[in-house]
Amino acid sequence: MLQSQIDRIARATPPALAARVRGLSDRAIAWLFVAPSILLLLAINIFPLIWTIRLSFTNYRVNRPNQALEFIGLQNYTRILTDSDIWLSMQATAHFLIWTIALQVLIGFSLAYLINKKFRGNNLWTTIIVLPMMLSPAVVGNFWTFLYQPQIGLFNYAVSFVSGISPSSFSMIGSTTLAPWAIVIVDTWMWTPFVMLICLAGLRSIPTSIYEAAECDRASNWRQFWTITFPMVLPFLMLAVLFRGIENFKMFDLVVQLTGGGPGSITELTSINLKRAAFEQWRTGYASAYAVILFVTVFGLASIYVKALNKVKQR
Amino acid sequence: MSSYSVAEPSGAQKLVAGALVILYACITSLPLLWIIATGFKSPSDAIAYPPKVIFEPTVEGYVNLFTTRTRMPQEQLDALGPPQTWYDKIVRKDGVIITGASRFAGRFYNSVIIGFGSTALCIVLGTAAAYAFSRFKVPFKDDLLFFILSTRMMPPIAVAIPIFLMFRQLGLSDTHAGLILLYTAVNLSLSVWLLKGFIDEIPVEYEEAALIDGYTRFQAFYKVVLPQAATGIASTAIFCLIFAWNEYAFAVLLTSGTAQTAPPFIPTIIGVSGQDWPAVAAGATIFLVPVMVFTILLRKHLLRGITFGAVRK
Amino acid sequence: MRSALKNTAVVAAAFAGLTVATSSGAHAEDLTLCWAAWDPANALIELSHDFEAKSGNVMHYEFVPWTSFADRMLNELNSGGKLCDLMIGDSQWIGGAAENGQYVKLNDFFDKEGIKMEDFIPATVVGYAEWPKNTPNYWAMPAFGDVVGWTYRKDWFSRPELQAEFKQKYGHDLAIPKNWDELTQIAEFFQGRVIDSKTVYGAAIYTERGSEGITMGAMNALYSYGFEYENPKKPYELEGFVNSPGAVAGLEEYKKLYKCCTPPGHSDAYMTEDVDAYKSGQVALQMNFTFTWPGINADANVGGDKSGYFPNPAGPNGIQFAQLGGQGISVVAASSKQSAALDYIKWFGQPEIQQKWWKLGGYSALRKVVEDPGFASSQPYAKPFLDSMAIVKDFWAEPSYASLLQATQKRFHNYVVADQGTAKEALDGLVKDWTEIFKDDGKY
Repeated sequence: MLQSQIDRIARATPPALAARVRGLSDRAIAWLFVAPSILLLLAINIFPLIWTIRLSFTNYRVNRPNQALEFIGLQNYTRILTDSDIWLSMQATAHFLIWTIALQVLIGFSLAYLINKKFRGNNLWTTIIVLPMMLSPAVVGNFWTFLYQPQIGLFNYAVSFVSGISPSSFSMIGSTTLAPWAIVIVDTWMWTPFVMLICLAGLRSIPTSIYEAAECDRASNWRQFWTITFPMVLPFLMLAVLFRGIENFKMFDLVVQLTGGGPGSITELTSINLKRAAFEQWRTGYASAYAVILFVTVFGLASIYVKALNKVKQR
Repeated sequence: MSSYSVAEPSGAQKLVAGALVILYACITSLPLLWIIATGFKSPSDAIAYPPKVIFEPTVEGYVNLFTTRTRMPQEQLDALGPPQTWYDKIVRKDGVIITGASRFAGRFYNSVIIGFGSTALCIVLGTAAAYAFSRFKVPFKDDLLFFILSTRMMPPIAVAIPIFLMFRQLGLSDTHAGLILLYTAVNLSLSVWLLKGFIDEIPVEYEEAALIDGYTRFQAFYKVVLPQAATGIASTAIFCLIFAWNEYAFAVLLTSGTAQTAPPFIPTIIGVSGQDWPAVAAGATIFLVPVMVFTILLRKHLLRGITFGAVRK
Repeated sequence: MRSALKNTAVVAAAFAGLTVATSSGAHAEDLTLCWAAWDPANALIELSHDFEAKSGNVMHYEFVPWTSFADRMLNELNSGGKLCDLMIGDSQWIGGAAENGQYVKLNDFFDKEGIKMEDFIPATVVGYAEWPKNTPNYWAMPAFGDVVGWTYRKDWFSRPELQAEFKQKYGHDLAIPKNWDELTQIAEFFQGRVIDSKTVYGAAIYTERGSEGITMGAMNALYSYGFEYENPKKPYELEGFVNSPGAVAGLEEYKKLYKCCTPPGHSDAYMTEDVDAYKSGQVALQMNFTFTWPGINADANVGGDKSGYFPNPAGPNGIQFAQLGGQGISVVAASSKQSAALDYIKWFGQPEIQQKWWKLGGYSALRKVVEDPGFASSQPYAKPFLDSMAIVKDFWAEPSYASLLQATQKRFHNYVVADQGTAKEALDGLVKDWTEIFKDDGKY
């Protein structure tokens, strides 16, 4: 199948150019250029995926090499889908996903809008704002446990400074009500600049002539914003949501370092849950089924979303 | 008609906008500044209550980051005589002696090898594939490109299971080569998408002229197209590097002793008792510097990178 | 069971072949020893210089912090990695490592070298070396004896004004608690009190979620209140033992202690956090493994006469147990330097080396060391250590221990820290989880 695909690529190459080539033919070049990438992706993405699907129907465990491999049909899948704890973990992921995206879109867009006013020094400040997203998420998660410590942490102290409540009277990571927000705050701190940058690109792509025309029509600022600025930036904003959505659905490193899924299982996102099943309990077959379910979910949601995005773009 | 135009905001608007953005920048850079500052605190200053803003700077955190130490009773310390070097002097105050180098330098070195190795490979493969996608009429091109993009949607933990098994079979567990191949595969989607955008913008006429001049197709590619795509390649490289540099999940699952990179290592830095925050902060700071420098140098290309090339200039 | 035996035979055969093959070439090797990153590991480096000098082998070390120790090292064993030649692995790994042939079986080696397991503290042999338990199949040599115990601020306890106030309030002396009730009273008494113009708190206990912390902590209360892992007469029968009324009361007691008497933000604390809290003078009591005691004894702020040590107190019915920690040292089956690794174990087991090990802060499990008449008085913590070692109980060491542990972590943390449900519900849930795991393992 691969070969026929590349053959087709090569055959589709205009003969006029091919005729002029000495040395390697275009067909050979197409072979040479595309094959390594496709092969690597097949080896490291597709092959493992197929293997995961196969394992998901078995009782295989990496740490039990001597156990007979049995095909157990859909048992792993029914077990996962009827497990209430996994639904709780999906809910935790949904809470994290919805709130991080909402906050990042709101703050990111506002910042981009303000930066687009082109005040003096806006480039310098933009670069400063962007810095948190260059850090390693695992290191960020780890360091924030320090910032969140009730007595010595900067965060609690800052909240106390602003609100007057004692810094040791609350614990962001230790409380079941605050912990889900603790992870939202750190992710928002780290990734708002990402949304901001994309929105900024959108804002800068709007030709000034459109605003000039609107001003001739005496459209108010408010009206200009809702009829010109927002619709023109919307495709960019949706793109930002897509990327953040995919990333946060996969979220592992930052949260595992920050809360380890606790307290209880309040912040145990699906990736953390999956990692525990796969690499701590070594229930390989079961974890594979879990992985397939997650992949189908993110792939399905993303496909629907991309269709919607294309519709918005076409308007 | 209003007295100002949206295209050129009024002075008052700029002032308000500037003030708000600077306020946000100051708040948001506080945690980052705190990391950098903590790296220069002594362990006791780092856990002082209330947190210390003014403190006597020390490089103890950096010394601790690069060394392993052990506690010694005072009489044995006295028997050792005065400390020989400046770093001995620093740790001796806490009643400990340096017993050797820590693994941080080795982990950092691994990060460099794996980060730059996978970036180089990713650029080579990505440029070639992007060129083919850009210049040849590829059937199902959109589907293929979406396939390449979709490989990035997989949760790393999900593919980690079979990759773990595969690497174990092939002897790639805990090797530089294993992680380089893996990071290259993960980054390839970004690399192909971005580079295709850059190569699309280089006029086909240049190559055609070169072909007429007697260049082979291959010569035309590396003598004409590559130099034109240089900035695009550079900015793509940065994005591949940032990912490979900061990646944690695969590194923690697939490496242990020899090929482990810095991100899984830094959170595990502990002192004589408890987590050694100044050393963690020092590690985080050192680890941030290369990426920060690149970000500042290439900030003009930042946008394309983070949007997979979907945003044109 | 049959597969376990088959395994044993295979590994033993492989081992026999290897000793023949390698015993002739006794050249210098680079050996890597894997253990947790903690004080005893540094002491072991000191101790091992002697081995390097005598054997010509060079020792390397891979020490991993406790919270990621099991994760990293089990990953290493399961991926067949060659990083570690010697593994000082946690007691609960022994079942999996033995059944899957990840450790070398040591019986032949012990016989050949004249190393006798009767020479070690019995609890450590069962806990660290045997699989299946209580059978003479040895996969490790006891290397480091450890158990959960308590540290208290002797200097605070001896202040007359506090003693008087305590006695008036609770009707008995402020002293080492005789049972968990008294322990909680002491913690309550100190919680929020201002001592030397600093606010202090009651107790630092284990509440960590990610690895094994809260289980290793809460079990001390559960054991003393009557919790059993299974029906002593019928293995794997859980109902009525895991969730017995005593077990429920024990879990409730642990939550009570957490809620009333711990420092702020103590929701994810394990060994290092507890040591920090204690050494910085924040708490009157500290629950921790005994490995921390030499470090506390030597500490400038709280060491010497300022601290005392006592074993985990009894429950209301006088039952008294403590959670076993500690490790044995094993040879990794994937290692290509097994002969040199066995030399290390042989060297390490010598009585004079074990004596030195104790002096450097390592808890030797050799009877010759701990039963020496001078031992109990050699350090202030020596006797409480021996007393604690006499009352140990350990978590499951089944090959499925990680699943069993995670279920426990989740149920306990949900109830104690996250305030969900009742203790009875948590333990009923635990019975359900464990039953399911054992069912998967074909135990029923």
